[in-house]
Amino acid sequence: MQWETVIGLEIHAQLSTKSKIFSASATTFGAEPNTQASLIDLGMPGTLPVLNAEAVRMACKFGLAIDAEIAERNVFARKNYFYPDLPKGYQTSQMDHPIVGKGFLDITLEDGTAKRIGITRAHLEEDAGKSLHEDFHGMTGIDLNRAGTPLLEIVSEPDIRSAKEAVAYVKAIHALVRYLGICDGNMAEGSLRCDCNVSVRPVGQAAYGTRAEIKNVNSFRFIEKAINHEVQRQIELIEDGGKVVQETRLYDPNKDETRSMRSKEEANDYRYFPCPDLLPVVIEQSLLDEIRASLPELPVQKRERFEAQFGLSAYDADVLASSRELANYFEAVNATCNDAKLAANWVMGELSSLLNKDGLEIDQSPVSAEQLGGMILRIKDNTISGKIAKMVFEAMANGEGSADQVIEARGLKQVTDSGAIESMLDEMLAANAEQVEQYRAADEAKRGKMFGFFVGQAMKVSKGKANPGQVNQLLKSKLEG
Amino acid sequence: MDMHQLSLTDISRALAAKEFSASELSSHLLARIKALDPQLNSFISVTEELALSQAKAADARRANGETGALLGAPIAHKDLFCTQGVRTSCGSKMLDNFKAPYNATVVEKLAGVGCVTLGKLNMDEFAMGSSNESSYYGAVKNPWDLTRVPGGSSGGSAAAVAARLLPAATGTDTGGSIRQPAALTNLTGIKPTYGRVSRWGMIAYASSLDQAGPLARNAEDCALLLQAMAGFDPKDSTSLEQPLDDYLAALNLPLKGLRIGLPKEYFAAGLDGRIAAATLAVVEELKKLGATVKDISLPNTQHAIAAYYVIAPAEASSNLSRFDGVRFGYRCENPQNLEDLYKRSRAEGFGDEVKRRILVGAYALSAGYYDAYYLQAQKIRRLIKNDFVAAFQEVDVILSPTTPNPAWKLGEKNNDPVAQYLEDIYTITANLAGIPGLSMPAGFVDGLPVGVQLLAPYFQEGRLLNVAHQYQQVTAWHTQAPSGF
Repeated sequence: MQWETVIGLEIHAQLSTKSKIFSASATTFGAEPNTQASLIDLGMPGTLPVLNAEAVRMACKFGLAIDAEIAERNVFARKNYFYPDLPKGYQTSQMDHPIVGKGFLDITLEDGTAKRIGITRAHLEEDAGKSLHEDFHGMTGIDLNRAGTPLLEIVSEPDIRSAKEAVAYVKAIHALVRYLGICDGNMAEGSLRCDCNVSVRPVGQAAYGTRAEIKNVNSFRFIEKAINHEVQRQIELIEDGGKVVQETRLYDPNKDETRSMRSKEEANDYRYFPCPDLLPVVIEQSLLDEIRASLPELPVQKRERFEAQFGLSAYDADVLASSRELANYFEAVNATCNDAKLAANWVMGELSSLLNKDGLEIDQSPVSAEQLGGMILRIKDNTISGKIAKMVFEAMANGEGSADQVIEARGLKQVTDSGAIESMLDEMLAANAEQVEQYRAADEAKRGKMFGFFVGQAMKVSKGKANPGQVNQLLKSKLEG
Repeated sequence: MDMHQLSLTDISRALAAKEFSASELSSHLLARIKALDPQLNSFISVTEELALSQAKAADARRANGETGALLGAPIAHKDLFCTQGVRTSCGSKMLDNFKAPYNATVVEKLAGVGCVTLGKLNMDEFAMGSSNESSYYGAVKNPWDLTRVPGGSSGGSAAAVAARLLPAATGTDTGGSIRQPAALTNLTGIKPTYGRVSRWGMIAYASSLDQAGPLARNAEDCALLLQAMAGFDPKDSTSLEQPLDDYLAALNLPLKGLRIGLPKEYFAAGLDGRIAAATLAVVEELKKLGATVKDISLPNTQHAIAAYYVIAPAEASSNLSRFDGVRFGYRCENPQNLEDLYKRSRAEGFGDEVKRRILVGAYALSAGYYDAYYLQAQKIRRLIKNDFVAAFQEVDVILSPTTPNPAWKLGEKNNDPVAQYLEDIYTITANLAGIPGLSMPAGFVDGLPVGVQLLAPYFQEGRLLNVAHQYQQVTAWHTQAPSGF
């Protein structure tokens, strides 16, 4: 039987506010346990929450960026359950009145086609603390530094049809929240976490299959693996005559498998009700207008502009627009060299592999955009060839200065004096008189391959500095001569 | 006159006139508490050291030329106001070991103007009760009859002030917990408009209903204390930015032309006829001062108790979740695992009435019942509020009995929670609507005090204090003290 996968994602993005959503404590990651937990974060008797306006602004930014309706009247609700890292015994969240309503995000698949993924809602809530099971023998430690960190929970429609699409969607959300400056996107630190709702159904069937929810998957790679594993598990289960049960599962990256955490029957009744400590928050149109005016160019807009303005391919434009920093770098290179195609090739080629190799972010690049642009200028004005440029690039990465400094110091300037090239070629041809004879005797078909031999010899003799175009042209006339 | 017989206003004048010092006064009252409170059980903690040091500081401030009306004035707090470094128990075993790490705004404000804190007052556990019998620290006795309840949940506050152990105290009122004990002990007590006094540091029972206020011997004393307690607090999102009225200035306004409404639903079956008579006598007195009277209707009153006993427990069930034995408060011995820790800490730490309300509240919020109970109750709440808004188109204040009966015998209603809930029938509506309410002494039935309640539109605490003060200028009920105190 042919199966179709149906996926919906819930992404928790930690908003990068300076202080927590309901208290003035700092939100910095990695502080000593419980040093960023105030009376409010500890759930001390008698304490009360005060909403952080910046968290509301950030949620509005996201909503406007996905073309969603922003709720005028926002109500916070309490989600009640007991857990040691949930100090109040409830999480303050939003239930019936989420701040962000229906919207959408367009993603680009690997083959360059676009797909629109619906976003059901996004709501504000507070994060819980952390339970530390490893550090204390027979006991559990509680770190409440994270408790009260603002989260935006972004819920997608079940529009996703494969693990690859899921990853493309999460990457698009990741790019978007970073563009907006509302989340640092650091998945290793848990700033962006993903719950995957996965089900399968026979192709052609309209009704959804029973879904399982895989909790807290925290890297692009794990999202893909966890979904693929879960899809396989469900298909095998059904084909063996079993039934998928609605449950929460956990992905174990070490074993590459998902396992059951709790079934629907064991699920909590959260007893949601409006939080009486917080009045409804009314968002004025004037605030939305102000936020809208301050929105940066978003990934989709940037991608479209890169295609239109620079004539880049959809794929190149998508890669370059995937992060604001990368796009800025590319544009800075282009501003220096005024050649978008060469700039794109170098950024996506040599530069990306250099960064990948050293595990660096674009803003840590050892080669600045100005350096790279300056080097491309030297390619364009024939000072160096593409091949020599790779040497120059490496030298710049090693801190040897600008392209011009490297070319000067290493004597890499291309020879473009046709007299000098001619005499160099004459010398080379004389040294290879036998091959010249063979070439002249050969038919047109064989000559092509043999011509390459002479070009290689010429470049070798000139140590790569002879202008390849001139070499080609002069060689041809000399051999045909 | 003995210092302890003086009202807060008298004390303020005497301290200003340097007739005695704050230290002398505090020492006198502390000695009195030591001698007499064993009969009443109104204090959970007496903060002698804190009181004496605050009194000394107040005397020093006065010697330096400061003149605040409450500088050196002795008070005590209901034991749900967090007081830094002092046990703040909420009348519960759950918080018997809890020393608050910070001050409630009310505590901070009163300390700031120089009030001297004599101690922390007994109360129904987590403010749940109308008789002060649900306290982990034992029942409080009514100084008018030691075999009877003082009312609740601010029963310790009421008994201590009525017995002249101190001139005034703070209380909180979620369904009548200031007004009802004030009525049962011959005091004046005011529940302000919801949001008028900050709830920061006031351990929550039902957040949308809880409001702090003073209990004292007369309206003028209440005005003095409320002036210092009230005001906007950025730490409480439900606190209101409305500017504060001058309550003392409002006291002396004439009552000529005051329109009083008598809601027929508050004079119906279940009301002790003698209390009805006392209430109408108050009306006659106010008429003599120039007021006019009109019969009105608050048609949704009959639903108030049902709505209250859904909304308040629902909020409580969530508010009390933080008491789980993990970070503070009571933790059971030798927990076997997490679930055991939760279950036994809460089972052993909470008393019966608290457990009853947590169960009721959790049920009302649970899947499948939310619409039928919680949502329905919220609709009733809206209707009750609308009743008041409509009524206040026609009248300036609404007058009624505070309670249907005088103080009952200790233990009499312990096995019948619903009978006890019904004692709050006249007070609960003000909490549901969020309007201010006041109870003042209106006479005696069989030697037991009776109270009359005044209700006013939002933010008209000044009007309530004004009517009560003018009434107290021409009557003497409020000056009566229980014998033996």
